[in-house]
Amino acid sequence: MKETKIFERPKSMSDVPTHYCPGCTHGIAHRLVAEVIDELGIQKKTFGVAPVGCSVFLYNYIDTDMYEAAHGRAPAVASAVKRIRPDMVGFTYQGDGDLASIGMAEIVHAANRGELITVIFINNAIYGMTGGQMAPTTLLQQKATTCPLGRDPGVNGYPMRVAELLATLAAPAYITRVSVAKPKYVGKAAAAVKRAFQTQIDRKGFSFVEMLSTCPTNWGMRPADAANWVEEKMIPYYPLGDIKVPE
Amino acid sequence: MSERVLMKGNEALAEAAVRAGCRYFFGYPITPQNEIPEYMSRRLPEVGGVYLQAESEVAAINMIFGGAGTGERVMTSSSSPGISLMSEGISYIAGAELPCVLMNIVRGGPGLGSILPAQSDYFQATRGGGHGDYRLLVLAPSTLQEGVDLTMLAFDLAEKYKNPVMILGDGFMGQMMEAVEFRTPEPMDLPDKRDWAVGYMERRGTRALVKSLYLDPEELERHNMKLQAKYREMEKNEVRYESYRTDDAEIVLAAYGTTARIARSAINELRREGLRVGMIRPISVYPFPYAPFENLPGSVKNVLVVEMSCGQMIDDVRIGVGRTVPVHFCGRVGGIAPSVDEIEARIREITGK
Ligand SMILES: Cc1ncc(C[n+]2csc(CCOP(=O)(O)OP(=O)(O)O)c2C)c(N)n1
Ligand code: SF4
Ligand SMILES: [Mg+2]
Repeated sequence: MKETKIFERPKSMSDVPTHYCPGCTHGIAHRLVAEVIDELGIQKKTFGVAPVGCSVFLYNYIDTDMYEAAHGRAPAVASAVKRIRPDMVGFTYQGDGDLASIGMAEIVHAANRGELITVIFINNAIYGMTGGQMAPTTLLQQKATTCPLGRDPGVNGYPMRVAELLATLAAPAYITRVSVAKPKYVGKAAAAVKRAFQTQIDRKGFSFVEMLSTCPTNWGMRPADAANWVEEKMIPYYPLGDIKVPE
Repeated sequence: MSERVLMKGNEALAEAAVRAGCRYFFGYPITPQNEIPEYMSRRLPEVGGVYLQAESEVAAINMIFGGAGTGERVMTSSSSPGISLMSEGISYIAGAELPCVLMNIVRGGPGLGSILPAQSDYFQATRGGGHGDYRLLVLAPSTLQEGVDLTMLAFDLAEKYKNPVMILGDGFMGQMMEAVEFRTPEPMDLPDKRDWAVGYMERRGTRALVKSLYLDPEELERHNMKLQAKYREMEKNEVRYESYRTDDAEIVLAAYGTTARIARSAINELRREGLRVGMIRPISVYPFPYAPFENLPGSVKNVLVVEMSCGQMIDDVRIGVGRTVPVHFCGRVGGIAPSVDEIEARIREITGK
């Protein structure tokens, strides 16, 4: 019988074990990015910018030119690199604390300048790396170590819909929200990542993919429950789909 | 190419950067250095470069981090509060060993302070400024011509050491007009960016990784030791200072930047009266020229440090002088420079002449 390989590690993904918790979807998101880099054949002309957060070691997993940026500043780093090396393909990969809290100014202004970069935004409604503190995306009533009784809008305001917020700007070309929490969502997520990179390569403008993700560890859930929680709690508040598409 | 042109300080510094091959500038407006980004925004597109106004100093320095990772000549400029805001990013740049030039046209502090000239950020500049054990190479010009020369040198030194180099100026220098000449520095043997920078994976076969994170304690210690070895190398090779009429001096002044110009006038006047006054003028403030203070001529009985601060460089002078002779201080702050008369009066008071 002839063997055919139907599943393998993307070429632009390094052959090392990841450090993520069981049921964490960061690894899936990484893989989608690596697959698209392979498909587009751009490994050697791509640069990525890793955030500060659980995915800080993204640079160990994606085998392209990589930066490890200061917390929240990846869009500023990527903006400069892309201005200097316009023929490269640049992406940032950022968590919700990184992008929507400390780095809110950098993401809004990079988007507003229409920087030709692709941003992968991992919304897991929590600060994973630092141990489960409240994020700007933490849902109302959701418990976190710094809102132990649940997020109270009177104290902490409301969860931020970053994709919609950025879509109010004129310059961004492609803004979409997907999920990687269950296999049934992953196909659309993969297509979105590809479209985002293609938007950049076609020089149509700034592209942004928000991915609803899990953090079973800091949500205090088993992996399967975490995946259900994304579906039952997050998706109703953060609806999936394209918010802005290139003309 | 040795024409002399009359230029405003900030613009001359900016032009020097362009002549040194700087093609990318990222910055945020702040007085008294606005002429630098304004000049760059006109000039860089003319030479095929990019000027980008950042949304803040935080963004600007992280753009520098990104830009420096490509190995191209990048620069930002700011003034005191802006440099404070950049400090985290400067620490990342030093940690990742990236070359870049930072211009700091210092103004009065603390806080919003004032927009007037000051030298009150000497500690911040010479001790790294941000978190972690790192140093910037810091050059403090006293005239505009020296500012131009040092700016051009700064880009070479930044590449030589893969380290940020700061030009430490003050508002007087930024605003004054002087005739300058743009002289190409002696060519230096510099590392080839294609061996390490972002954008050459195809050519090199291996990717570039720009980072300052080392979670393994042994590895981070080794990284720190490597940085320290580099700083020792700078201390060996890059100390710059001027000795002015110190040979027979009875009192030696220590001053840098604009203050040194005023001190020089005071020295010349007193010399006409026969008072034996000299000056040691640090040009590199990190690495600091400790040696001339350690080896003062036997004639020296007192040292007087003159600064536009409440006394910062005086600490380094004391380290150099040790207990050999008393070290005195003459300083003004708030945007006020010590006057020639004030310095003279202080010298007479100390020497009793
Ligand atoms: C300037 C600065 N402030 C705070 C931190 C600490 N810190 C590290 S990661 C993090 C939050 C990360 O959360 P998120 O971006 O949501 O990523 P996740 O771990 O959830 O993927 C914080 C606050 C830091 N490294 N730097
Ligand atoms: S803490 Fe959360 S986000 Fe971090 S690796 Fe674990 S599950 Fe993933
Ligand atoms: Mg998070």
